[in-house]
Amino acid sequence: MILIVDMNCKKDSLGYFEFVLPIIEVAKLLDKWVVKHYLDLTSEDLSACEVIILSGTPLKDTATLSQPDKFQWLKETEKPTLGICAGMQTIGVVYGMGLRRCLEIGMTTVSTVKENPLFSGDFKAFSLHSICLEPKADFEVWAKSPLCIQLIKHKSKSIYGILFHPEVRNQEILRKFVRTPK
Amino acid sequence: MRLGVLFSGGKDSTLALHYAEEKEKVVCLITLLSENKESYMFHTPNIDITALQAEALNLPRIIKRTRGEKEKELADLEEAIAQTAKEFQIEGVVTGAVESVYQAERVQRICNKLGLWCFNPLWKHDQKVLLEELVQKRFEVVISGVFAYPLDEKWLGKQIDSNLISRLLDLQQKYSISPSGEGGEIETTVLDAPLFKKKIEILDYTSAARGNSGVFNINRARLVEK
Repeated sequence: MILIVDMNCKKDSLGYFEFVLPIIEVAKLLDKWVVKHYLDLTSEDLSACEVIILSGTPLKDTATLSQPDKFQWLKETEKPTLGICAGMQTIGVVYGMGLRRCLEIGMTTVSTVKENPLFSGDFKAFSLHSICLEPKADFEVWAKSPLCIQLIKHKSKSIYGILFHPEVRNQEILRKFVRTPK
Repeated sequence: MRLGVLFSGGKDSTLALHYAEEKEKVVCLITLLSENKESYMFHTPNIDITALQAEALNLPRIIKRTRGEKEKELADLEEAIAQTAKEFQIEGVVTGAVESVYQAERVQRICNKLGLWCFNPLWKHDQKVLLEELVQKRFEVVISGVFAYPLDEKWLGKQIDSNLISRLLDLQQKYSISPSGEGGEIETTVLDAPLFKKKIEILDYTSAARGNSGVFNINRARLVEK
């Protein structure tokens, strides 16, 4: 079971169509899936799934960044978890990383800086963000764009953050994340 | 949230409007009249019909003419969105972008610059599902332009129904065309939609194609009771 966490500031929002449905389109070909809004998540949801994907949000929606108390489960979960864009930024806030302004809209060149099971080399990816992370020592950097860090992974846990949108271009990254033995 | 919809009168912008109105408040339409028939950004056939569509929707419309030169039309779009934000106090813009990163990126940039939200409710949706949704929701949509082999004059003016969707999906298999016209293969005009208070009746049209490029021009039309 794939648990997709809707990170839009409102439940049942217009942003759901753009940032959650495309993840469902990928997930439904891989496994059973369920979507829960972040305000509705329960410990039962977290224990019933095998992997967790946190969605992105519209560019102006940064609501989750001021609510780290709603995401303390990210520190406790043993489930492989991937945060996309706002999802990654939220992981960063929960783990005490710094945020800084960094605008990237459209196709960006992403370069792999550490060998990993999800991708390799340089590739083009779709970005839509105005904030990026300054990672801490307990995370390693797997990929960068010319302006900022694009993918991080916790050194000892299966917690991943991707700043670009793999559900738009590079969907194979989501497929590999779900299928890769953790 | 008060929203303006980038509205061409085709199926994608009308369906995006439908989704937006389900979740937020659409207060106006924004239409770019491009003089360039091959604009990368703006749908062109029957763009004049947007006047009747706006009346059918009972929504005001901001119209901006553009010569359709590649980057100049973006400045014109920004001006139109800025004007709309000022006149109608919109907080965000909705587009019917499905696959085009080119379109989505440029509208996102303009909205970011103007401090507005940007929503693309059809983004990355399955094209077959989108076409089927039009039929399920009883949109009345006709093909108003064809621009790719093997589409020809016979397709012009045809209504999108289950049978036509099957034929488009066959063409996707055989010729790799996008069934919903994402590559510019077809353009459409909406005559009726769930949010229309009245529907459009075509009184006079001209349908003409040269090979695999043709346009169904609505010369005269009126609103009638549904």
